[in-house]
Amino acid sequence: MSEKSKLLEIRDLTVHYVTVDGTVHAVEDLSLELEEGKTLGLVGETGAGKTTTVKAVMQILPDPPAKIIQGEISFMGEDLLKKSKKAMRKIRGKQISMIFQDPMTSLNPVMTVGDQIMEVIRLHDKKLSRKDAWIKACEMLELVGIKSDRATDYPHQFSGGMKQRVIIAMALACNPKLLIADEPTTALDVTIQAQVLELMRKLKAQYQTSMIMITHDLGIVAEICDYVAVMYAGEIVEYGNKEQLFHRPSHPYTKGLFACIPNLMEEEMKLVPIEGLTPDPAKLPQGCRFHPRCPYASEHCQQKRPKTIETEPGHFVKCLLIEGREKE
Amino acid sequence: MSKADMKNQTVSGEANGGTILEVRGLKKYFPTKRGLLHAVDDVNFSIEKGKTMGLVGESGCGKSTVGRLLLRLTEATEGEILFYGEDLRKLDKTAMRHARRKIQIVFQDPYASLDGRKSVFESIAEPLKVQKLYPDKKELEEKVYELMATAGLAKRLANSYPHELDGGRRQRVGIARALALNPDFLVLDEPVSALDVSIQAQVLNLMEELQEKFGLTYLFISHDLSVVKHISDTIAVMYLGKIVETAECRDLFSRPLHPYTQALLSAVPIPSIDYHVERIVLEGDVPSPINPEPGCRFAGRCRFCEERCHKEMPELKDMGNGHFVACHLVNG
Repeated sequence: MSEKSKLLEIRDLTVHYVTVDGTVHAVEDLSLELEEGKTLGLVGETGAGKTTTVKAVMQILPDPPAKIIQGEISFMGEDLLKKSKKAMRKIRGKQISMIFQDPMTSLNPVMTVGDQIMEVIRLHDKKLSRKDAWIKACEMLELVGIKSDRATDYPHQFSGGMKQRVIIAMALACNPKLLIADEPTTALDVTIQAQVLELMRKLKAQYQTSMIMITHDLGIVAEICDYVAVMYAGEIVEYGNKEQLFHRPSHPYTKGLFACIPNLMEEEMKLVPIEGLTPDPAKLPQGCRFHPRCPYASEHCQQKRPKTIETEPGHFVKCLLIEGREKE
Repeated sequence: MSKADMKNQTVSGEANGGTILEVRGLKKYFPTKRGLLHAVDDVNFSIEKGKTMGLVGESGCGKSTVGRLLLRLTEATEGEILFYGEDLRKLDKTAMRHARRKIQIVFQDPYASLDGRKSVFESIAEPLKVQKLYPDKKELEEKVYELMATAGLAKRLANSYPHELDGGRRQRVGIARALALNPDFLVLDEPVSALDVSIQAQVLNLMEELQEKFGLTYLFISHDLSVVKHISDTIAVMYLGKIVETAECRDLFSRPLHPYTQALLSAVPIPSIDYHVERIVLEGDVPSPINPEPGCRFAGRCRFCEERCHKEMPELKDMGNGHFVACHLVNG
């Protein structure tokens, strides 16, 4: 891949939340890449650091308590962490937009949906007249399958799935390079989820938007993503393209995730849960962070921190067992 | 006493088969400003002892209301709830309290259903105290610890409070409490929906073990079809207050007959890249359950809808092999 096609590159990102009860290591030494036009799935359970990572990209982490300790977030060749607040505001909503999990809380209840979409458009294109911005807002609504005569309605007049469409319309209004979607369908019913996923896929193809999709649902990853990063306790433990991840999962945690979910297409007699609990991010275990729950863990894993190993081109795993095997 | 109870449980568990619960013509209408909300509208089903019936549907279809109606946490508008042949709706307060020993419920959000000011021990002991089963303090303590062990809770957590526990453990407290009175029947209302997948599998396995051990019968209410398929023997699909299809688990998934069931199954994302499912994307949203239109409730979103679908309400038709479907266009 040529350097040019990389839209986003995160290097050694470390984010801590400094609280009176101790420092929470939310994200540690995280590196990621995203090519233009591709979709990356960020998978992991509650507290794995998925949302913290993308909030760092958007620079909307609450400070305090959040502190970016180190790292580099390069977007179209420029380090976002070095940007001023003013410069960041120009990027947010214009070049990078974000969709949040809960559509009920991310819309302003006292503004019509048309006005809310128009707000984004006018903020980033000051030359546009109110009238033209309104027309554009109506077009965006039509694009996501909502009749434009509903632009004068308020959020409470829409159902959950429709609200999420409004938010997608808003996020895409300025034709961003990168769309970050944080569990965009978790609050929705399956049939509505299917509608929204279908819409996102269509729009992505149409506008060549790159996307980071945060989800805990491997089904959604299989459906919409090109690359997958599996996060556990603030780290990426495995990264690869969809085919590598689904056909040759290598990290014990990734394997565990596949074994513990019931699959509609297959008959499983018993689910194999991952024993134990995700660690408290304020008191992370020594050595490999997954070792207390790992069925293959040895003494070695309790002490040594695993390095990221490339097991095949583009497939990265952070596990001492694989590290050991590679050396032999 | 507790030992003897356990024994009884196992014996009744072995004597599998026979209907434990039968629901006939169950209705619940809520009066609202805009008219009558048909939350549950003429629902019929029966569950065999020792089996699990999955009740699936999307939010607002009335599945949770059905669960609450069974325990009379909400009073039904009409219908019969026959538990061991006896209509629970005809019982007076005392008799109902007695019946609740045998029929218990586990809720979706254990954080909301546990009293934040009660320790794990107190929460589990509460039903035993209410029913005055263990007047002796020592015996009560023993029983609570036994229940904690059954639900996979370490003894050291007895004095913890709900906010100190993670979701999985909290749900285990909910399960231990529901098991306290040695029930025969559990209503499980989205018991794993609030949990992470790795913890979800732990709790699902626990419920399967408990079912085997105590011969429990479950009504498993969920919106997650993969989970329901995994745990159920029979499944009923609800849409807007009505059961539209019911069948044995395997039969329903291999041969869904109702257009809604077909769309619902096709909408579930499969965690594998080796299958290609032809997706049926439904148009629009679930219509309002307030003063619903006559005819089939699904007609407005159905691909195959005909004129009569808007006029006549389809009845559940027997398709053989315990497979019932309510659709005009499916021929029996």
